[in-house]
Amino acid sequence: MAQNKISGAQVVIECLKREGVDIIFGYPGGSAIPLFDALLDSTTIKMVLSRHEQGATHMADGYARQTGKVGVVLVTSGPGATNTFTGIYTAMMDSIPLVVLTAQTTTPNLGKDAFQECDTSGMTFAAVKHSFLVKSPDDLPQVMNEAFHIARSGRPGPVLIDLPKDVTAGICTKPFTDATNLPGYKIPTYAPTEAVEKAAALIKKSTKPLLLVGHGAMISGAARQVKELAEKLNAPVASTLLGLGVFPASHELSLGMLGMHGTVYANKAVLDCDLIMSIGSRWDDRITGKLDVFCKDAVKLHIDIDPAEDGKVLQPDVFMCGDAKLVLEQLLPLVGKLDSNEWVKTCQTWKKRFPLTYPKQGGLRMQHVIHTLWELTKGKAIVTSDVGQHQMWVAQFFNVENPRQLHNSGGAGTMGFGFPSSIGASFGNTTGWPVCCFAGDGGFQMTMAEMATACIHKLPIKIFVMDNKFLGMVRQWQDLFYDKRYSAVNMEGNPDFVKFAEAYGALGLRIKRGADAERVIKKALEYNDGPVLIHCECEKEDNVFPMIPAGAPISSMITEPPKTQLEKPTGST
Amino acid sequence: MSQNHFAHSISLLVANRPGALVRIALVFSRRGYNIDSLVVSPTLDPEFSRMNIVARGNPEILMQIIKQLEKLVDVVQAKDHTDMNVVEKELALIKVRCKPEQRTEVLQLCDHFKAITVDMTENSMIIQITGNTDKIDAMRSLCTKFEIVEYIRTGKVIMLRGEDRT
Repeated sequence: MAQNKISGAQVVIECLKREGVDIIFGYPGGSAIPLFDALLDSTTIKMVLSRHEQGATHMADGYARQTGKVGVVLVTSGPGATNTFTGIYTAMMDSIPLVVLTAQTTTPNLGKDAFQECDTSGMTFAAVKHSFLVKSPDDLPQVMNEAFHIARSGRPGPVLIDLPKDVTAGICTKPFTDATNLPGYKIPTYAPTEAVEKAAALIKKSTKPLLLVGHGAMISGAARQVKELAEKLNAPVASTLLGLGVFPASHELSLGMLGMHGTVYANKAVLDCDLIMSIGSRWDDRITGKLDVFCKDAVKLHIDIDPAEDGKVLQPDVFMCGDAKLVLEQLLPLVGKLDSNEWVKTCQTWKKRFPLTYPKQGGLRMQHVIHTLWELTKGKAIVTSDVGQHQMWVAQFFNVENPRQLHNSGGAGTMGFGFPSSIGASFGNTTGWPVCCFAGDGGFQMTMAEMATACIHKLPIKIFVMDNKFLGMVRQWQDLFYDKRYSAVNMEGNPDFVKFAEAYGALGLRIKRGADAERVIKKALEYNDGPVLIHCECEKEDNVFPMIPAGAPISSMITEPPKTQLEKPTGST
Repeated sequence: MSQNHFAHSISLLVANRPGALVRIALVFSRRGYNIDSLVVSPTLDPEFSRMNIVARGNPEILMQIIKQLEKLVDVVQAKDHTDMNVVEKELALIKVRCKPEQRTEVLQLCDHFKAITVDMTENSMIIQITGNTDKIDAMRSLCTKFEIVEYIRTGKVIMLRGEDRT
């Protein structure tokens, strides 16, 4: 399509349309005015004004997680750009496709400490998949095209485009293009046949196989293939936090989440299996525990689209570099039912013997709130979580059956992610199910200014603020490993979150006792005129179990509150 | 990081874009790895640059670093050429302080190492030497007999022997 002398800003907006973007999240400022001005002429792109750029970035992230599409952020230069960094890093750690448009001072001003100048591309190099600093309006058509291509393909990730004001205000003379010039960019598809054949031969010998499903399987849309493989082999399936939903939790081969706060049975299966195959998981330290004893005698197979994951954490017997869905399609015809009946029976016995439980006595339990929501919605809800104890309990007690149903900041563990990501997920939600957000009192307060955004757009999000007046996960560590020396974890001074909701014109509800949970949650689910905040005043000093101390072998899993003080963990956080 | 680790010669073919060098350097620096030497050069195709990097470290980690370099959008190719059949050369300039009566000895040294003098004053000389790392190290070490005023090396350039491209 040719075009006649339109401004750089108009090119940017037109390119967004060409990419199928119908919503962007952002916050304006001086350098960004040409872009926001051009946006006014667009009838197809909805602009969601956040209350903080971090919020906008998490919204775009939540939208991307919900829809699988690229989330788009538009902010101004300087502080506008720096405020997006946490969100960019969060997306990078979890391979979320974002295009972040940051405005910039004019090109002659670059490097001169101009007002709201910030070396945005320089500061974000380490946290983006790729970035562009655009120096001429004529470069825009191709840069926009390349940015979207890079963000969504291969292992997805955030791409930043820094847009000096004279570039967006200037005139572009180049036509729109579908061309890219990225000679160094490779997108793996199928794995080499030899690797898949070698893996198949090893699988055939296994009698105690275990599939480990990660986010890569979700991103590639491999749910059907994972299920087919598990059933064909008769192999149990454990999921990472971000892999939950790829394999239905109710399936008899499902072992739920493994790792630090995973189920006893998933972790026992890891200890005892003779073969483990990671499908799009990167052997995170939350999963492996002490690495040199992790699956020491088991055959390890690894499917990953990112060639740099090969041997990054551990050296697998076979690495299959490719898209999870395509590689599974290569593998499926080569394998058949394994002699694994005994093994599956053993896993199912563990499931019965070591179910996830929580104490019913005492104050309101977060687990009870989560489980009640699950029961009332029959699991048919989109759930985003913040980070901390409640997050682990959501993973344990809100069992999901579908991909893209549960959204977490996994790799980054970003407090403040849960609430704004639920706003993004709500905009992208086409399931007809309610969007629910669980956030701790700590994390919620980091981004709660987005209440205005949720209210303005009348998003019917159910926000559960799990208030234990502590930074619970840190407190738990101090309790278990640091002689109960609580340091800087007390959240006394929290507001009354019901009044907070009401101040924005939202509905505020309260749960104080377990007995109230069902009634209040029902009421929240029936209210769809806008956001509803449910202030859950929870037991203050509850701990998440099972737990494998960081850096410890999986065999040292703690399943109930220990009677004695534990050694300080050796692993990071 | 132990200095005992063997030096690795890494060659990169890189799309000629601003920021490419920073992205490459970051792959090393996030692990706290030092780059011993770095050469950036144009190639026959103005779209691309060739980079030669010498770095030391745990060989497994360096292998990982190479994979992470290869993953960068701007990097077309990253290879470890250590132990491969390659020509490796560097150039050094060594400025020595020497009195006129010491000149003969310096020139003898140069002759032996096929080095040349590229600047001479009453009391100083600049020696230009090319060759592999060991040769330049040896020359430098022998020059310490005179006073070395300053010393600079280009870093290693690498080219695969034979018909194939590096």
